[in-house]
Amino acid sequence: MTLVCVKDLHKSFGDLEVLKGVDLDVAPGEVVAIIGRSGSGKSTLLRCLNQLEQHDGGDIEIAGQRLDADAMAPSDLSRNVGMVFQSFNLFPHKTVGENVMLAPVVVRGVDKLEAARVAREVLDKVGMLEKFDAYPAQLSGGQQQRVAIARALAMKPKVLLCDEVTSALDPELVGEVLRVLEALAEEGMTLILVTHEMKFAHDVADRVVFMHHGRIHEQGDPKTLFNHPSTPELKQFISAVL
Amino acid sequence: MGLTLDFLALSPYAGELARGLVTTVVLTVVTTLSGLMLAIVVAYLKVHAATWVRRILGGYVELTRNTPFIVQLFFIFFGLPAFGIKIDAITAAFLAMTLNLAAYTAEILRAGIEATGRGQLEAARTLGMSKLQSYRHVVLVPAFARIYPALTSQCIIVMLGSAVVSQISVFDLTFAANFIQSRNFRSFEAYLLVTLVYLLLAVGMRQLFLLVGRRLFAFRQGGLA
Amino acid sequence: MIEFTLWDIVRNLLLAARWTIVLSLIAFIGGASLGLLFTVLRLSGNRLLKVMIGIYVDVFQGTPLLMQLFLAYFGTAALGFNVSAWAAASIALTLFTSAFLCDIWRGCLEAVPRGQWHASRVLGMDYLQTMRHVILPQALRLSVPPTVGFSVQVIKGTALASVIGFVELTKAGTMLNNATFAPFTIFALVALIYFALCYPLSRYSRYLERRLYDAGMR
Repeated sequence: MTLVCVKDLHKSFGDLEVLKGVDLDVAPGEVVAIIGRSGSGKSTLLRCLNQLEQHDGGDIEIAGQRLDADAMAPSDLSRNVGMVFQSFNLFPHKTVGENVMLAPVVVRGVDKLEAARVAREVLDKVGMLEKFDAYPAQLSGGQQQRVAIARALAMKPKVLLCDEVTSALDPELVGEVLRVLEALAEEGMTLILVTHEMKFAHDVADRVVFMHHGRIHEQGDPKTLFNHPSTPELKQFISAVL
Repeated sequence: MGLTLDFLALSPYAGELARGLVTTVVLTVVTTLSGLMLAIVVAYLKVHAATWVRRILGGYVELTRNTPFIVQLFFIFFGLPAFGIKIDAITAAFLAMTLNLAAYTAEILRAGIEATGRGQLEAARTLGMSKLQSYRHVVLVPAFARIYPALTSQCIIVMLGSAVVSQISVFDLTFAANFIQSRNFRSFEAYLLVTLVYLLLAVGMRQLFLLVGRRLFAFRQGGLA
Repeated sequence: MIEFTLWDIVRNLLLAARWTIVLSLIAFIGGASLGLLFTVLRLSGNRLLKVMIGIYVDVFQGTPLLMQLFLAYFGTAALGFNVSAWAAASIALTLFTSAFLCDIWRGCLEAVPRGQWHASRVLGMDYLQTMRHVILPQALRLSVPPTVGFSVQVIKGTALASVIGFVELTKAGTMLNNATFAPFTIFALVALIYFALCYPLSRYSRYLERRLYDAGMR
C-alpha cells in the first residue's frame, strides 16, 4: 500500500528541465529523506507534491487522490499534505496560537474552541505551548520553526513535507527542531524531508533518496546507501558533505 | 490702517464655529473609514480581478490622483445631476472625499501588499487558503502595518482638503470662517483662528493614529519578519 | 444669452489653462528656491533656525492650502495691504511649495546611509567636504523623483486659487458652467485638461523612481 505515488514526474522552468521523470512511492508511516546537490530538483519535487509548482508531465497521487491544481481548490490540496518551509513563514501579525488556529478555522470551518484545543495539543507536542500568546517576532528561529511544524500538524495532514527546515537556523538551534521531527517519525507520521543533515537522514530515515540532475539516481536504506554507495556521483556527494 | 487684532469679535459666533468643527470632524471620520474599506476592495481587485476590471480601476485611480479634488467635487455635485442623479451637498462631499482617499490609499496599499513575502503566500496556500482568505487573514494586516505612516499622512491630507467642501455650501469649519467674516468683516481673525483649529486637528489626528497604530500593530515589537 | 459651442468651451478652457501653467511655474520655481534656502539654513547647524524651519514646515503641512490662500488674500486685505488675487495666489502657493519641498529634501538627505558619513570621516574629510562630495550627490539623485512627483501637487493646488477669484482653469470652468449650464461636459473637460498636465509628470516621476530603485538593486 502506498500513500504517495509519483510516476514519471516532469517539470521545466522555461528551457530548464528540472525534473526529468521521477518515480517515487512512499508508504504510510515511512520517513523518506531526499538528498542531493542544490539544483538537483529535490526542492522542486517537494513543491510539486503540494502543487506550489504545477508539474508538466506524469502523475501524482496522494491518498488515492490525483493532484491536478486546475481542477482542485487550495482547500482540497491541503487536505492530505502539510508543509514546513526553510524560512518558517509564520504570519507575523498573529500570535503563536492564532497561527496554528487560523487555517482550521478559516479553511475547515472548525469552531474556535475546538481549534484552540487542537492548537494546544500540537503546540504541546512541539514543546511550544507556553508561548501560545507570543508573537513570532518574540521567538528564536528554532522556536518559530517548531510553531510552523505545529501549524502544519493542526490540519491533520497524512504526509508532512519538510523543505530544508533547519537550513535557516543557527547551528545551536538545529537540534531542537530535529528532535521534534524525530518524535513525529516515531509516532508514525509520514515524512518526506529535503535535508542537508546527513546524520539525521542516516539515523531517522527509513529510506534515503539521492537526486541527481532531475532524476532519482540512487535510493535505499540509509545504512547501505551511506556506507556502500554504488554510483560514483553519490560517492562524490557523500565525501563532499561529510 | 489698523493692525489691531480683535479675536473677541469672533465670540458671538462660537455656535457657528462649533457647528463647522463638528461637520469637519464627522466628514473626516466617516470618509476615513469608508475610504479605507473601498481601498481594501480596490487594492484586491487591482491584483486579482479580470483584466477589464483592473483597467477600469486603474483609470479611476489615475484620474483621481491626477486631477484637483475641487474639480472632482464640482464634477460630482454639479455634473452628476445632469444624469438625473440628484445629491445634496453633504452627500457629494462624502462621496468625493471617499473616492479621493480610496484612490490614494489603494495605491499606497498596493505597495504594501507587493512587499508581502512569497513565503507568506505559499504558507497560506499550503494551509489550503483561497486567494481571498489569504488576502484577508495573511496579507492585509502586515501590509497596513508597513504603509501606516503614509496612510496617516494621506488621511490628514484628506481632512485638510475637506476645507474645499465649503465651496458647495457644506457648513464645515471653512464655511464657518467665511460666514463669520461676511458678518463682522474680521476676516483675518476668522481665518487665523480656523487655520489654528485645522492645525490642532492635524496634530491630534497624527497622535490618534500613532496611538491606534501602536495597539493595532503590537506584533511588530522585535521587528517584522 | 450667448450660445457656446463645444469648441468655444474647449477654447476658453485651454486659454485659461495657460494661467494654471503660469501660476504652477511661479509656485514651483519660487517654492523650490525658497525651499532650497530653508534646506541649506537647516543644515547650517543653528538650532534655533532648525526649530523655526521645522515649525514653518509643520504649519504649512498641517493647515489647508485653502486657508493659506484666504489668509494671503482676505487676511492681508483686512490688515490694510491690498494684494491682487495674482499676488496672493503666488505668495501662498510659493510658501506652500517651499514647505513641502524642504521636507522632501530633508528626507532625501537623511536617506543617505549614516555609514557614508562615517566612511568620509575616516578618510579625513570635514563636514563641508563630506557634504559636497559624498552626501549631496547621492541626496540629489534621490530627490529628483519625489520632486517631480510633487510638481503634480502644485498644479492641482493652483485649482484652489479659483476660490479667491483668480481666473485659471477651474475658475473658467465654474464661469462657463454659470453661462452654459452644461456642468457635466465642462467639469469633465476641466478634469481632462488637468489630467493631461499632471499624468505625464506622474508617470515620469514613477519612471525615475523605478530607475533609481533598479540602479540600487544592481
